[in-house]
This record gives sequence, structure tokens and C-alpha cells, in this order.
Amino acid sequence: MSVILITLIVLGASLGAGFLGALTGLGGGVVIVPFLTIVLGVDIHYAIGASLVSVIATSSGAASAYVKEGFSNIRVGMFLEIGTTLGAIAGALLAAVAAPSVIAVIFGFVLMGSVFSSIRRQDESPNSLAAGPGPMAARLRMDGEYPSRRGIVRYHVRRIPGGLGLMSVAGILSGLLGIGSGALKVIAMDRVMRIPFKVSTATSNFMIGVTAASSAGIYLHRGYIDPGLTMPVMLGVLAGSVFGTRVLVKARTRWLRWLFAAVIFILGAEMIFNGFTGRI
Amino acid sequence: MDSRDGSERKPRPGWTDEQVDVIIANLLRTGLILAAAVVVVGAAIFLSRHGHERVFYDVFRGEPRSYREVGNILVEAGRFHGRGFIMAGLLLLIATPIARVAFSVVAFLRQKDYVYVAATIFVLSVLAFSVFWLGLH
Repeated sequence: MSVILITLIVLGASLGAGFLGALTGLGGGVVIVPFLTIVLGVDIHYAIGASLVSVIATSSGAASAYVKEGFSNIRVGMFLEIGTTLGAIAGALLAAVAAPSVIAVIFGFVLMGSVFSSIRRQDESPNSLAAGPGPMAARLRMDGEYPSRRGIVRYHVRRIPGGLGLMSVAGILSGLLGIGSGALKVIAMDRVMRIPFKVSTATSNFMIGVTAASSAGIYLHRGYIDPGLTMPVMLGVLAGSVFGTRVLVKARTRWLRWLFAAVIFILGAEMIFNGFTGRI
Repeated sequence: MDSRDGSERKPRPGWTDEQVDVIIANLLRTGLILAAAVVVVGAAIFLSRHGHERVFYDVFRGEPRSYREVGNILVEAGRFHGRGFIMAGLLLLIATPIARVAFSVVAFLRQKDYVYVAATIFVLSVLAFSVFWLGLH
């Protein structure tokens, strides 16, 4: 294929992925790796390198908006980044030694898992105020507040060690697969640490860039980041997600969510199948 | 470190969390826009010169040395090579969250929040280890 043709195909697909990812809240970069590997036959190392870089771009954009609005809890994010950055380095080193087929199978299961977690995601987590602050969170001054329609909402933070542990796993997956691991980060904060869903999502976006940057250095040295391939992925996903966030306010996304979830699920199954049959 | 973003007014010592939020938001957005602009310029040079060549991404060979190290990438970009320019933009993108962590060290220092100064310096060292550690076997 000529350079210009592959650039246009990848740019178009990345625009679509970024747009749908932002609109449905399922994340865009996550479908880029299966698209590049299954549809275009790109080697998985190049694919995860390109995806990882696009993850930094979308995270920086989203985090900038959330932080300004006061949703992100920067102390919680900073502290948990200890776990995600260490995990991400371990994951990036694993990516170098793991067989491509093994990476593909793990990727497939993570894709399917993220679909299931997004289906359950709508319900509110139990209120942490009734339980009171955790002793460690109080000492670390993590309790916070965020703006809502009913005024400022205060919340406590609990179970930091458990959250930090799950964050390390999120970091490993991020470094191994070149994804943001946003779904798992939200689970760690929302389910384990009892942080309100909105704050968890905003703080997760804030952390994704730093997590990805810590494996990006290793990817760079190993030669996983190809400028010709990464350029359309990064620009496409970024433009698509900016556009998707704009549309999000007015769009009814229920059926679109299900559709995109189905696409991700099928791609996940395809990755597992191709991994087991040795085609990746 | 706090003069990183020239358009930023320098707040007094003892920043509030809200002031820190605003600076971090601006830092992230500025870095992102700069990085995207450099990548777009690189893409224009690259596509106009090499658009009709054939490429193969199906076998992993790894990038050449000139695209694996920060110094080499800047040299390539300085020669107005499209791919070098794109890589310089991607480096800028990777540097953006790292700059945010570096700024957080200063912010927590000013707030005299030493537990978080330690946590942030630790994260910064992990990042530095990854970016500057030469993983060449």
C-alpha cells in the first residue's frame, strides 16, 4: 500500500474511533489496535505504540477540561500514579518479551471486560459520606468536593491500599497493551475507594496521560513508535474525540453505546481467536 | 520551573488548589496544541515527499536509531525531515504529562505539602527512568 493511502485509511478509522469513543464513554484508542492488526495486518508492536501515543493526546485534552471544572481530585490522582507508573514500566518491559499471540489474547479479554464494566457503569456507587473517611485518606488530605446541579457535593475517600493495588494492574495492562486502562482505573476509584463516579472518571483521565508517558519512553527506545503510522492515529483519535465531546451534550447515545459495545466485543473475540490460532 | 508557560501569570506562594487546577489545565492544553501543530507540519512534509512510496507494517523491524533517542530525533527534525518532525511532535506530546508532574512538585512545595512532594518526585523519577534509560540490549 502507498503511504498516502494507508495514512488516509488509518486517519479515517481513527477519527471514527475517537468520535465514538468520546460519545459513548468507552474510549477510542481501544479499538485502534484490533483494527490495525486484524484489518490492516499491522504488526502488534507498531499498533500498540501508535495507540499508546494517541492515548496521551486524548487524555491531555479531556483532563484539561475536567481539571478546570473542578472534577478531578489531583491529590488522589498524584498518589495513585505511584502505582500506575510502576505498573506501566513493568507492562512495557513485558510487551517486549511476550509473544504477539499472548498479547493479542490478553487484549481480547481486556476488550470484553471493558464492555461488561461499561454496561454496569450507570448505577451510582454507594455514598461514602455515611461510612466516613478512611484513616489513611484523612492523613493524606484526599477528601474532596465537586460542583453539581444541587451545589457542592463533598465526599470521602476510603481503602487506599486496595485502590493502589488495582491501579498497578491498570498500569501493567496500559504498558502491555498500549491502552489507557480507563475502565479499570474508574473501577478502582469508584468501586474500591468509594469516590463518586464523576470524580473517578475525571481523575482517571487525568492519570491516563502520565501512566502512558511512563511506558512511552520504553516504547520509543525499543522502536515501537513509527512516525508514519502514529501520525494519523494520533491526529485522528484526537480530532474525533474533541468532536465527539462537543456532540455529546445534545446526542442521545443509548443505542450508539450498545452498538459500539457490540463492535468492541466482536473485536475482542476476534483478537482472542487470532491469538489462539497463531495468526497474530 | 514555574516559568515553563510564558503566558501564565506567576501567582504568589501558597497557591490554592483552584489556582493549581487552572495552571495544570492550561499547561496540558498548551502542550497538546503545540504537539499537534508540530505533528501536522511534519505530516505535510512527510506526505509531500514520500506519499507515493510503499510501506509495510506487517513485519516488526523496529525503528532505526535516529527515531529511538531524544537527541537523534531533534537532529532529524532540525534537518526538516518529515518523519523527524513528526517524532519531535510526539516527543512534545509525551513531555506534556511529564511537565505536569514536574509542575506539581513545585505546587506541592509551595503548599508545604511534603508527603505529596515526596510522592510526586517519586513519580517524576519513574518517568525520567523510562524516558532516559536506554533500553538497548
